[in-house]
Amino acid sequence: MKRKLHGFNGGVHPEDHKSVSNTTPIAQMPLLPRYVVSLRQHIGTPARPLVQAGDTVLRGQMIGAAEGYVSTAVHAPTSGRVLEVAQHEVPHPSGLTDLCVVIEADGLDQSVEFQPLDWRQLDPSALRNRIRDMGLAGLGGAVFPSFIKLNPEGHGIDTLILNGAECEPWITCDDRLMRERAAEILEGAAMMSHMLGCREVLIGIEDNKPEAIAALRAVAPAGIQIITVPTLYPSGGGKQLTYILTGRETPTGGRSTDIGVQVFNVGTAYALYRALALGEPMLSRVVTVTGHVARPGNFEVRLGTPVADLLQAAGGALPGCHGKLVGGPMMGFDLEDNAAPLTKAVNCIIAKHPALFPARPPAMPCIRCGACARACPASLQPFEMYWFARAKDFGKAQTYDLFDCIECGCCSYVCPSHIPLVDFYRFAKSEIWERERQKQDADQARVRHEFKAFRLEREKQEKAEKLAAKVAENKARDAAAAAGASTTASADPEAERKKAILQAALERAKKAKESVIPQNTDNLPSTAEKQIADIEARRAQAGVAAPTDAPPTES
Amino acid sequence: MNGSPYTLRGNNSVTLVMLKVLAALIPGVIAHVWLFGPGIIVSLILCSAFALGFESFILLMRGIPQKPFLTDGSVLVTACLLALALPTLAPWWLYLTGVFFAVVVAKHLYGGLGQNLFNPAMVGYSALIVSFPVYMTQWAAPLGVAHTVPTLWEAIDLVFAGAGAISPDAYTSATALDTWKTQVRLGKDAAEILGQPLFGWAGGRGQEIVALMYLLGGLTLVANRVTTWHVPFAFLAGIAATAGVLQVLEPAQHAGPLFHLFSGGAMLGAFFIATDPVTAAGTPRGKLIYAGLAGFLTVIIRAYGGYPDGVAFAVLLMNVAVPFIDAYTQPRVFGHKHGGKRGQA
Repeated sequence: MKRKLHGFNGGVHPEDHKSVSNTTPIAQMPLLPRYVVSLRQHIGTPARPLVQAGDTVLRGQMIGAAEGYVSTAVHAPTSGRVLEVAQHEVPHPSGLTDLCVVIEADGLDQSVEFQPLDWRQLDPSALRNRIRDMGLAGLGGAVFPSFIKLNPEGHGIDTLILNGAECEPWITCDDRLMRERAAEILEGAAMMSHMLGCREVLIGIEDNKPEAIAALRAVAPAGIQIITVPTLYPSGGGKQLTYILTGRETPTGGRSTDIGVQVFNVGTAYALYRALALGEPMLSRVVTVTGHVARPGNFEVRLGTPVADLLQAAGGALPGCHGKLVGGPMMGFDLEDNAAPLTKAVNCIIAKHPALFPARPPAMPCIRCGACARACPASLQPFEMYWFARAKDFGKAQTYDLFDCIECGCCSYVCPSHIPLVDFYRFAKSEIWERERQKQDADQARVRHEFKAFRLEREKQEKAEKLAAKVAENKARDAAAAAGASTTASADPEAERKKAILQAALERAKKAKESVIPQNTDNLPSTAEKQIADIEARRAQAGVAAPTDAPPTES
Repeated sequence: MNGSPYTLRGNNSVTLVMLKVLAALIPGVIAHVWLFGPGIIVSLILCSAFALGFESFILLMRGIPQKPFLTDGSVLVTACLLALALPTLAPWWLYLTGVFFAVVVAKHLYGGLGQNLFNPAMVGYSALIVSFPVYMTQWAAPLGVAHTVPTLWEAIDLVFAGAGAISPDAYTSATALDTWKTQVRLGKDAAEILGQPLFGWAGGRGQEIVALMYLLGGLTLVANRVTTWHVPFAFLAGIAATAGVLQVLEPAQHAGPLFHLFSGGAMLGAFFIATDPVTAAGTPRGKLIYAGLAGFLTVIIRAYGGYPDGVAFAVLLMNVAVPFIDAYTQPRVFGHKHGGKRGQA
């Protein structure tokens, strides 16, 4: 059947170089002596380590537990001994280190017992907890914990999209996976659909992968549509593929669930199948090794495999190689250290050679030719944003919708002046985030200062009142003594004094109640709220009003 | 910092963009040589040489590397467009002055490549027509009006020795637009004027063929995506619509759309001058507004202004409005409900 496809603005056609790596089947990596498993395998909070140096672990044993909501578990890729839990280089654009569990393999590769689930009979909420402990995260690049995305509550998701577009040049891991494990992917799609309660399941694949399309169509059940989309970078962007297939635009700042669509990478569907049907946590993924290497291809790689070992499996980088890319050439980044281990986010390693990746020519001034705007899939005006980012006029850059930029690189790709436009947007975004953070810090400091000033003032008043009360008490006692001496004793002086004190306290409390004014106590953590409640109680007791110029509430 | 993308479109540079523009001018130049003689070659070479000299000098003064900026081709485009907008067979210092205003004043005093607010060639042209109106009305006469066109050597002699050597009157005449203007003032009516030998089937005799060649060359720019259709279409539509309305209102006073489209700088302006990306509007809707109004102003200036042609002033006037037009015509960004006004922080 023919489905009406929707075209987004722009897009580019870089040379795809897919045939370099997509002609051979997915190969299994041999067992390595050592694995370095990062506890930050996903977006959100890194997993909390469950093991320490000296522990023995089994393949599939949980070594890091999900910490907080946006988090997921991490597992041992093989059996062996934990050498250390320490900072280690990881593949990240920053080149920074992260907490990793280093495992020395014992060569036995013994597994914990995997328990397949009868997922059709299980409640989606129970399945989600299970998936969280299985360590499932999106394999398309954003590595968002899958159990969160599989929660349909409050969204009304009617359409599930599996992203098999794989629009980045060079990368072929999804292509090979779809060709070789089509039935498993479709089973994973059925599981997702079951959990989300979707009416429609669509798998979008670019038309440069006819074998993958044929393989999926051969086994697709009636409820799942395999849709060919024209090859055009970045068709595989989540928002772009959603628009191509459904004509629905993800609202700015929102998610596809806002328009009733949930998107998963085909690799994630395959991993879900392994998790539920086989009971196996996420221990490996398919990675493309391509570019200037001896035997380019795709490998099923255990997470924690150092990049150097993976390159070795592909025959090693050839002479003349000048660095490696993680990811594709449009959105990937330079690998700082070959010792960095594979994480769930890494879908491709490209060995660079000057002939394949020539140096960017020196940048010329922008001539406003508008090629970037014609190429921008978000319909932005990149040259305008460039002027503002360059002039550090970040407010203006934001009014030109800087944060709708998906950093796909189309603008830089087409720029005749060879301006690294995306670098300017990344710079502007990080500057804006930094300023936002500084502003929050300043606000917090201001609130704290005002609170301190208020507290000091209140303590001063409390002292003064205590002193006044003491003086009054002494006076009353003196008076009583004098009255007692005169022996008139018309009334009990002690009772009279107590009555007066009680009256005064009541009046103070009444006054305090009238003068209570609103505070900036919205959105505070519970400890702070308790603190404020305590202060309020003491204040009422002391009969002191809050400062009249209360700090404005957060806007 | 992340440096992606690591791959760039091949065969893509500012120089290549400029060379495509220059190549698209070739049919017009050939037609010009054929119909008016090789004088245009002299002014093209002279303007280019002056422009490269000024550019090199200013780059030196500003401490900017010579090689990438002399070879980017932008100054050659400016020089050639100015040469094509000026009369041929004019004295050499006229070209020098025009190029000075174009390259030094309009381009570099505003910050150089990509920074100028006004179209450099049109600034050069305007400076000359305001300063030296007499020289600017002596255009090479086409074959059929003049008995002969000057040879290359005669043209060089005219340009460098001036009127002292050979009388240029033998080769020059007023343009069709200029003639139209003076004749209408004399009270002649449209049909009568169009019957004169200076006028061809559409615009000025000879000039209309050159304009047609500019149109063809310009269409290759649109086809090669050097420019989009918006500016040429809106500019020509603005001219045609305005001329059409004027003709309907006062048929005896005004020539029709065809005459306006194929006379003066209309075709050159539509495809090569108003399209200058640095000084034109940047948004699709903005381009339509900018060029449509430039076309409208062109005809209004021709019909009611003091100068025979209005392309230069119309383009410069609309250059001023570009930042304003752009700010109010931003396209709708993906995932947003509306486009329109931006830039208010």
